[in-house]
Amino acid sequence: VPGGALAGLRICDFSGQLAGAGATRLLAAFGADVIRVEDPVRQGRWDILRGSYPYVDERRGINLGGAFNNHNVGKRGVTLDLRQERGRELARRLAAASDVVTENFAAGVIDRLGLGYERLRELRPDIIVVSNSGFGRTGPYAGFKTWGPIVQAVSGLTATAGLPDREPAGWGYSYMDHMGAYYMALAVLTAVVERNRTGAGQHVDMACTETAMTLSGPAILDAEVNGVPGRRPGQPDANHDETADMVPHAIYPAAGEDRWVAIACRDDVDWRRLAGALGEPWAADPGLADAARRKAREDELDGLIADWTTGRTPAEVVEKLRAAGVPVAAVASPQERIDEDPRTAAWGLWPQVEHPDMGPVRVDGIGMHLSETDWVIDRPAPRLGQHNREVLAELLGLADAELDELEREGVL
Amino acid sequence: VSTPASTPAGPLDGLRVVELAGEHTAAAGKLLADLGADVVVVEPPGGAATRRLGPFAGGAPDPERSLHWWFFNTSKRGLVLDLTTADDRAALGELLGRADILVESAGPAEVQAWGLDAVRAEHPALVHVSITPYGRGAGEQPPSTDLTLLAAAGIPWSCGYDDRSLPPVRPATGHAAQVGGVLAATGALAAVLHRATTGTGQHVDVSLSAALNVTTELATQAWLVAGATVRRQTGRHAMAIDTQPVQVRAADGHYVTTGFLPSSGAELRGVAGWLAELGLTDQLEEGFWLEMGIAKGGVDRNSVDPEDLAIRGTAREALQLIARNTTALEFFEDGQRRGFQCGVIQFPDEAFRGAQSIARGFPTPVFHEELGRAVSYPGAPFRSNGAPWRIVRRAPRIDEHRGQV
Repeated sequence: VPGGALAGLRICDFSGQLAGAGATRLLAAFGADVIRVEDPVRQGRWDILRGSYPYVDERRGINLGGAFNNHNVGKRGVTLDLRQERGRELARRLAAASDVVTENFAAGVIDRLGLGYERLRELRPDIIVVSNSGFGRTGPYAGFKTWGPIVQAVSGLTATAGLPDREPAGWGYSYMDHMGAYYMALAVLTAVVERNRTGAGQHVDMACTETAMTLSGPAILDAEVNGVPGRRPGQPDANHDETADMVPHAIYPAAGEDRWVAIACRDDVDWRRLAGALGEPWAADPGLADAARRKAREDELDGLIADWTTGRTPAEVVEKLRAAGVPVAAVASPQERIDEDPRTAAWGLWPQVEHPDMGPVRVDGIGMHLSETDWVIDRPAPRLGQHNREVLAELLGLADAELDELEREGVL
Repeated sequence: VSTPASTPAGPLDGLRVVELAGEHTAAAGKLLADLGADVVVVEPPGGAATRRLGPFAGGAPDPERSLHWWFFNTSKRGLVLDLTTADDRAALGELLGRADILVESAGPAEVQAWGLDAVRAEHPALVHVSITPYGRGAGEQPPSTDLTLLAAAGIPWSCGYDDRSLPPVRPATGHAAQVGGVLAATGALAAVLHRATTGTGQHVDVSLSAALNVTTELATQAWLVAGATVRRQTGRHAMAIDTQPVQVRAADGHYVTTGFLPSSGAELRGVAGWLAELGLTDQLEEGFWLEMGIAKGGVDRNSVDPEDLAIRGTAREALQLIARNTTALEFFEDGQRRGFQCGVIQFPDEAFRGAQSIARGFPTPVFHEELGRAVSYPGAPFRSNGAPWRIVRRAPRIDEHRGQV
């Protein structure tokens, strides 16, 4: 068992994709013993990332999925056929040997497998079960199927991400799988803190669409308090500042193919710095000196700034405006922020693991460091069924002969 | 409506938190407070800068009516301290002596002026959480905002339109602080659990830049693993290849997302049946491909066989045709009930007042004396059958709890 802040905490993990696997990945990095349970019959493909893009080379296979490796570093992996009663029985025993059970099947599936909270608490009264689904376990949408983009659409995150008078642009990835994973990890640790104080376990019902709505609090209150609906002329208007204080505040074109730079003036002082750096006669207009008047002329101002940025490279714009003290950043490409940004390198943000099939691969690190018990990411995702014998012998005391038989019967 | 005396204890009951109100602290503090920790938010004289963030209740700027402040400071108690004075720094020291967790987002100058560097030596059991743009160890850094942090971390690289002459999009509503907030709360609890076995606290150093960089999914994975660069595409995943549009404007002008394309036999039969019920079968061009797909018992989702592509393409057109002839909400609810993983694109307030949110009691009343009524706030990010997530009280007014604290 590795050290770390969460050493001694065992998690029996039926979750997958990113929304579930990302939660237990975080906990594993801080020392939790995470045992990921997968299906031997479909080779773990309930998780669509098992064996899926991206790949390190032309090889394809169930142990070669790059995103799966990323989201499952530091976990142990077992296979159990939950269609068979013996598989379900082993899963229950594994759960009872764990502090926490995590899952993100569609709502209710875990109960039908005989692995629901009520069943498991008979085996271990202080068990913590954390369920993460799109809409939660109750309500008219409980049975609906989701993944990140659906959660984002239904909860309001897609609609608010766009440019005025256009269709929504949304998020170009499953942001709510990342955030769902973070909140799921918080739910696990909250329940563990409570159990340690009271001795009682619990069942957490996390609905990712509700989690997502909590990310739009001020907009929801604007509707509830002031009667201002989100759907109104001029919306969405994501690149401008929704608090209306910061003008200019947008993403402007730069020289080069599809290059862009973000500029924000926090206050009138920033504006004077920007105006000085631009050095254009129009920027000296006293009618632009305060934020309210700049707001009234925001489109005109954006056009004038774009005229200035469009002939300059992102590096030129950043250098000039940063020297003036104005918040500015290029819209970074993956290569720029991963391979060329000294800050992410200094953070150790891209640790490398040695995967038995993929070879050395860099993966996501974590955006916080703990001074005494920091995260460790140095083990790859498990190969399918890699730790069957180790885990079942160690935790359930199964002997070699039993394990041989379970393999022959296809339970493992 | 909630009052401290009648509100149940939350799961984090007994944890004491001091939050030095900063640009990035409020989300972490709210998470801990609504989950039951006793959070005292410490503001400078005149109130925290985040009280100036709009929109405001009633519309006019007022530090007591910032909806941003209201939302992100529920369940906290408020206290003003002038940390430029020795007396108030001593008062902070007393508070920290009784606290389990400190949350702050101070810049280098404030760290020095407020003596935060000495906090861990003075309070070795304290969990000290800092939430800063580049991490506490990074030293003096160029100025940043949510917009520039997200840009530098590659979020708008993946967000925008198929027409890439349009600017990339920064999703609004302050996600830097929200990603940092949930990470900080999680790190704080991990450190609290470690302290329970060892008695020692530690520094939890959250970097918004680092946190955002590793919250970008495929853009990062494609580069790290395959050396591929994704491109932004309207309303769907940024990919290294261009994919087909998924958003459709429905009959009421609202948008839907069609989700994964129907491909199995059951899914293709479902589309055909839905078309027929709406009387749209004859309007589908080359509808025979749908029939052929059904006759074949479905097609592989990833097949590039021309016939299979035509079948999946026709199924897509069928869904788009249905969407154009229904309201967006009908398309979503009917489609989901037929087993399609589709969505309706709603604004947050529409989702908040939607059927699922209401049925689950997600809107949570919080009484505001200044309005003479309760306001419905977004509810729990997750719920449980243990001690409940709850809002104990509305956000504090400036220095409201001086007497208590």
